Amino acid sequence: MTALLATENLTIRFGGLTAVDGFNLAIEPGDLFGLIGPNGAGKTTVFNMITGVYLPTEGSVHFDGKLVNGLQPAQVAALGVSRTFQNIRLFDELSVLENAMTGAHQHAKINLFDSLLRTARHYREEQRQRDRAYELLTFMGLEDRAGLPAKQLPYGHRRKLEIARALATEPKLICLDEPAAGMNTGEKAELSALIRKIRDELKVTVLLIEHDMKLVMGICEKIQVLDYGKTIALGTPQEIQNNPKVIEAYLGGE
Amino acid sequence: MAKTVGLLLAGLVACYGLNWFLAEFIEVVYVDYLNLIGIAIVLAVGLNVINGLTGQFSLGHAGFMAIGAFVAGLVSIQLTYGEMSSGPLELAGLGTFLLSLLLAGLAAAVLGVVVGAPALRLKGDYLAIATLGFAEITRILLTAQDSLGGPTGIKRIPKMPLLPGTGAWDGGTSVFWIFLVVFTIVLFSARLQRSTYGRALIAIRENELAAETMGVRAARMKVMAFVYGAFFAGIAGGLYAHYQHSVRPDDFTSIRSIEVVVMLVLGGLGSITGAVLGAVAVTLVPQLLRPLEEQLQVNGLSMVVYALLLILMMIFRPQGIFGQRELSLKLFRRILPGGRK
Repeated sequence: MTALLATENLTIRFGGLTAVDGFNLAIEPGDLFGLIGPNGAGKTTVFNMITGVYLPTEGSVHFDGKLVNGLQPAQVAALGVSRTFQNIRLFDELSVLENAMTGAHQHAKINLFDSLLRTARHYREEQRQRDRAYELLTFMGLEDRAGLPAKQLPYGHRRKLEIARALATEPKLICLDEPAAGMNTGEKAELSALIRKIRDELKVTVLLIEHDMKLVMGICEKIQVLDYGKTIALGTPQEIQNNPKVIEAYLGGE
Repeated sequence: MAKTVGLLLAGLVACYGLNWFLAEFIEVVYVDYLNLIGIAIVLAVGLNVINGLTGQFSLGHAGFMAIGAFVAGLVSIQLTYGEMSSGPLELAGLGTFLLSLLLAGLAAAVLGVVVGAPALRLKGDYLAIATLGFAEITRILLTAQDSLGGPTGIKRIPKMPLLPGTGAWDGGTSVFWIFLVVFTIVLFSARLQRSTYGRALIAIRENELAAETMGVRAARMKVMAFVYGAFFAGIAGGLYAHYQHSVRPDDFTSIRSIEVVVMLVLGGLGSITGAVLGAVAVTLVPQLLRPLEEQLQVNGLSMVVYALLLILMMIFRPQGIFGQRELSLKLFRRILPGGRK
């Protein structure tokens, strides 16, 4: 099977700091893949390079056989990569529904004049976006909050809304950046189930950054461990848990 | 679509009715205020798309207006008299008038692309300075053209064409034409705001990085916002030229750009209703304060009081009169007794 997402020798330097160093990653369609590592290991930086936010200093990112580095974030989104953010970035002044609808914007096949003149195409597009957004809000369990301004959502729901919005872009791959951060045990269990459903029911490949080991070990089939910008381990949850290098990275060496 | 045609026709009839009513019953002096308010509304509602919805701080709206005014003036002079010469003021033909406005809008829109493009790289204060500079360059280039009358500008711009039944009145058809444009831009802007484009623009304002990673082409959308605002500012300039019959480059100093921003901030950045109200207030309040100035015999008092009002407003209601809310039928339904919540 060919990889859906493949990075080769991915490297980025900020001044003298090499944040990510020769990073290789291969994610196959249908994977539920975990990317873990201590704080500052470079995980979010990898996400930023995959989604076009940062331009890598060296190396390449291929998605679905196409070269991604050098593309603008919106172009990467058009290829079918979506993401959430570690520090939540919602559109606070828009409603919950409108946030999710914005994800569906990129598939709009209308022009400005359709909207100004309110043609039939405009109304069809609005209906399409509303229906899709509502479906995904229901999927994430937010449907009864649809009319609320996003800024009034409680924390856990904000994380879920980000996922709904990302799914509305109809991605092939969704990159979740610490989706469980700040959630309580109950919410985490619910989130685990949702992430599994995203892969199994929506058929979206999942790349997950998460600090909660119980969650990662519970749902991911493959895990790659990053430390100081380098890969130190790759394998199944079992293999990772018993890998001395990983234990050292997390607990410190002698 | 059919609804749009109906609405525009209704607007046409309403503006004609307004024009007729004023011609019958109201003194021309007050109509002058009304027309200046109308032009201010077109400027403010257009700028609201750039500054309010998209969150790009543009401080160069007078530049777009200047281009529109000069293009409309030159086109209609050329088509009406054939050359610039002295003589009595004439009416522009309907075709000439509409063509001059369209070209005014298009010329300004082209400039909107030119200004919008660097806006992709500049943010916040930097963009404000750049757009301010652009407007000043426009004004200075216009001043430097001897063929355009230099600092004295162009004169004898034909009047707006008459309509059946609107002959013998000093106000002519100005109210009709100006408020027809007001009606159109308010309608279009309200629709823009409630469309996939409006949401994309707001998304850029709220969080540009997130908007882009969700597939919103921020660069393209920003240029679109600039073009939209500039197009209508160009038309506002054209209306102004036909209404005043002469335009000077100094009609479009940075003071005017700042005034339009003040209208938005005063009314509530991001709200069309706020922009309209801000335009009314900023145009009218200094005029209303003038009698006070005359009575107390203190020169400049009206401007001092006006400035103080602005300062107090910003201290006690920094989000503007309307904040981001809109006055809509829905709101009335909620207020009226028996309405559902």
